[in-house]
Amino acid sequence: MTVTPLGIPRRLLEFTIDGEPVRTPEGSTILDACRAVGKDVPTLCEGDTLRPKNACRVCVVEVEGSRTLVPACSRKAEPGMEVRTDTERARHSRKIVLELLASSVDLSTTPRVAEWIKEYEAKPDRFGPDAARLNEEPKVDNDLYVRDYDKCILCYKCVDACGDQWQNTFAISVAGRGFGTRIAVEHDAPLTDSACVYCGNCIEVCPTGALSFKSEFDMRAAGTWDESQQTETTTVCAYCGVGCNLTLHVQDNEIVKVTSPHDNPVTHGNLCIKGRFGYQHVQNRD
Amino acid sequence: MDLHFGDSKPTDDERAAVDALLGPPESSWEGADRSDADLRWARGGREARDRRDLLLPGLHAINDRVGWISEGALDYLCRRLTVPPAEAYGVATFYAMFSVKPRPATVLHVCTDLACAAAGASELCAGIEARLGLGSGVSVERSPCLGLCERAPAALAIKAGDPVRTAVSAPATVHDAVLAASAPDSAPEEPPAAVAVPQAGGDDLVLLRRVGVVDPSSLDDYRAHGGYTALRRAFELGPAGVIREVTDSGLVGRGGAAFPTGRKWQATASQPDRPHYVVCNADESEPGTFKDRVIMEGDPYALVEAMTIAAYATGAHQGYLYLRGEYPRALHRLEHALAQARARGLLGADILGQGYTFDIEIRRGAGAYICGEETALFNSIEGYRGEPRSKPPFPVEKGLFGKPTVENNVETLVNVLPVLTMGAPAYAAIGTAKSTGPKLFCVSGSVERPGIYELPFGATLGELLELAGVRKRLRAVLLGGAAGSFVRPDELDIPLTFEGTRQAGTTLGSGVVMAFDDTVPLPRLLLRIAEFFRDESCGQCVPCRVGTVRQEEALHRIVQRTGAAAADDIALLREVGRAMRDASICGLGQTAWNAVESAIDRLGAYE
Ligand code: SF4
Ligand code: SF4
Ligand code: SF4
Ligand code: FES
Ligand code: FES
Repeated sequence: MTVTPLGIPRRLLEFTIDGEPVRTPEGSTILDACRAVGKDVPTLCEGDTLRPKNACRVCVVEVEGSRTLVPACSRKAEPGMEVRTDTERARHSRKIVLELLASSVDLSTTPRVAEWIKEYEAKPDRFGPDAARLNEEPKVDNDLYVRDYDKCILCYKCVDACGDQWQNTFAISVAGRGFGTRIAVEHDAPLTDSACVYCGNCIEVCPTGALSFKSEFDMRAAGTWDESQQTETTTVCAYCGVGCNLTLHVQDNEIVKVTSPHDNPVTHGNLCIKGRFGYQHVQNRD
Repeated sequence: MDLHFGDSKPTDDERAAVDALLGPPESSWEGADRSDADLRWARGGREARDRRDLLLPGLHAINDRVGWISEGALDYLCRRLTVPPAEAYGVATFYAMFSVKPRPATVLHVCTDLACAAAGASELCAGIEARLGLGSGVSVERSPCLGLCERAPAALAIKAGDPVRTAVSAPATVHDAVLAASAPDSAPEEPPAAVAVPQAGGDDLVLLRRVGVVDPSSLDDYRAHGGYTALRRAFELGPAGVIREVTDSGLVGRGGAAFPTGRKWQATASQPDRPHYVVCNADESEPGTFKDRVIMEGDPYALVEAMTIAAYATGAHQGYLYLRGEYPRALHRLEHALAQARARGLLGADILGQGYTFDIEIRRGAGAYICGEETALFNSIEGYRGEPRSKPPFPVEKGLFGKPTVENNVETLVNVLPVLTMGAPAYAAIGTAKSTGPKLFCVSGSVERPGIYELPFGATLGELLELAGVRKRLRAVLLGGAAGSFVRPDELDIPLTFEGTRQAGTTLGSGVVMAFDDTVPLPRLLLRIAEFFRDESCGQCVPCRVGTVRQEEALHRIVQRTGAAAADDIALLREVGRAMRDASICGLGQTAWNAVESAIDRLGAYE
């Protein structure tokens, strides 16, 4: 059972989405309201446990009176606002954003992106074979997780999770600028020389698979990773008394990775190194 | 926060550079030798974290002394300020003037931007590189506009050491630039600021009337030429009265957005949250702009007085002047002016015996065009990467350090002086009904007398170019800088007002007017503009980070092509440009396609 914390009741405000009147609690975003009425707005950099960074711009919508399009994930709904989610203008920007991203990074492990590319008729190939790409080699410098920045869309989620929003370790940050912007530890050193404490919370929030368990990375390389064969079981971590929830992903009777439910009011998906990576003892069958 | 530091140590020089800024460390917690007390007390932490805004000055201190920022130096600075090294690395790598890789102590920045390119910057670069050769101890770096366009081509030498030395060479020859780099101390003196003002000394000048007339180092001379009468008037009127005058004058921001200044001041003044801040945006980086530099070099006290008035009106007691890192002479003039004003009771506690307290701190940028965006500028001062924040909330509500902040650029601020001395009605009578007051224009490129011109709003583009001595065979005029747009030589009757340019489908922007005759290859110019935006994008949002790259690639493909052969790529440019304009977070991405689009549509660049 998930416990939903009840906050103080909030006033409702009224505005319209695609001409339909909607009522939404004060303080919610346009995206919250869209989701509540069943509108599907694509999102990439938005994260359910993090403050919106609104960097990807794939969720843009039209708001009456606004010169530019507006990111649904971060703009707060206001009374009387007229929002249109599916205009030609908004669709055009989403399509271009998908094309720009898909032409510069590897989105093969990003959930739902293939579906959106089809829906918006995006053609990432049209920038030609010489279009600049990241072309980075995966960074495999420790036994726990792999950083494959060729898949990174620079959503800043990992930085926020490692930094002041959850972990307070500040092991990684955004370095460089423009197209040369990258996620890096200080002096671009290996992770093992950084402040990282291997909590894996950055992996938990990464929307593209740029950060992944070494186990997953190796299995993908070997061609044995098969999500359809995996079961997920949520249990309680046995290491200490906090009682964090762990979701064990099991394939062929082996734990292949560990995540944590984001709607858990205690941990919001965060774990420590033991809960996240210390599962070998469970499958030690000698 | 669990801070982790590597084991690289600073050199004595690096440590001294940081300590000169922050004072000696007090305990082993921030890098000193261990004392008995350290075993019982933890220092740093919260107290030091509150000084995070000293990160950028700290990086400057190291870079100025050594020429680059080593791991040991960065770690030591982080220890002193309790800043995570990963974050500081992210900040250091954001700015073009810093290097985290070893490089020679002297860096020669050679401008390759529009006006300089038209004046032969690429031959200059090649010549300098040939002359210096390998192992010369000088690193030659191609640079965006140095704000010296009236003297194009331009070069700026910075030689690290204690103190750091700088020299400007403009118009530069291979010989002069090499001399400036090898012996900055003996390089010839720059011409006075007034040389950039062809109208200097003219009777009908308002904003520029003191440039070339007063001694920029003398507070007495400034006062003898009417200085500080506006501040006295402000004290007579009271804060609300000042805001009323400014509102009635119709003054709007001169940075490009044209927002009513009085409204901005009023909105800040009325915020209950304290403290309030005043920020002067002197990060003039729009290619083709140099007016703020000339004002700061030629009439620095005017800016100090105007900031004091803005602070008084909006209830601020602390001001920040965010100055372009590439303006060493303006920095010295302003530092001197601030010290003089402080010594004479015109800054600090009890200004002019009125019981009002205000002081100004200068913060140097470090080579990032985006830091001219107001919220990026706040991040930069606070010691974060100069990335724009999303709005709302607006700065009047949550600006610098999350507090209500009024942010104006140099030209806007100095307009407040005539508003107060002549009174709002007289000021509003200058210009047109919707664009009031005098306006500065930075004219460069193919003209006889490049420089800053002051004209009342409403003069036409042709009249301005007439003054500057436009050469024959004019091919195009770029209005508003790289973020602006091109107009044709048969459009010179466009009135130079916000409404007039808008009606003509172009923009006044920051007041840049660059003329190009038919010797300048247009496709190369467009490529340079695209390159500029690709370099200067902060990298935060996808439409701009990747869009500017795709735009440059398409322009490369069509540089030699026209007509049908270019049609595909032009269609692509239009589609990407539209999304950049619609979906980018800030003005950089939103305007990065303007100039290219106008060149295609108005000039028929690829026909
Ligand atoms: S594993 Fe934890 S500490 Fe390490 S980078 Fe990721 S979030 Fe930061
Ligand atoms: S590594 Fe993942 S979480 Fe981090 S910025 Fe890239 S895509 Fe986002
Ligand atoms: S538009 Fe460009 S400069 Fe502005 S926030 Fe986006 S990436 Fe940064
Ligand atoms: S999901 Fe809204 S901007 Fe990325
Ligand atoms: S100084 Fe070179 S273009 Fe401005």
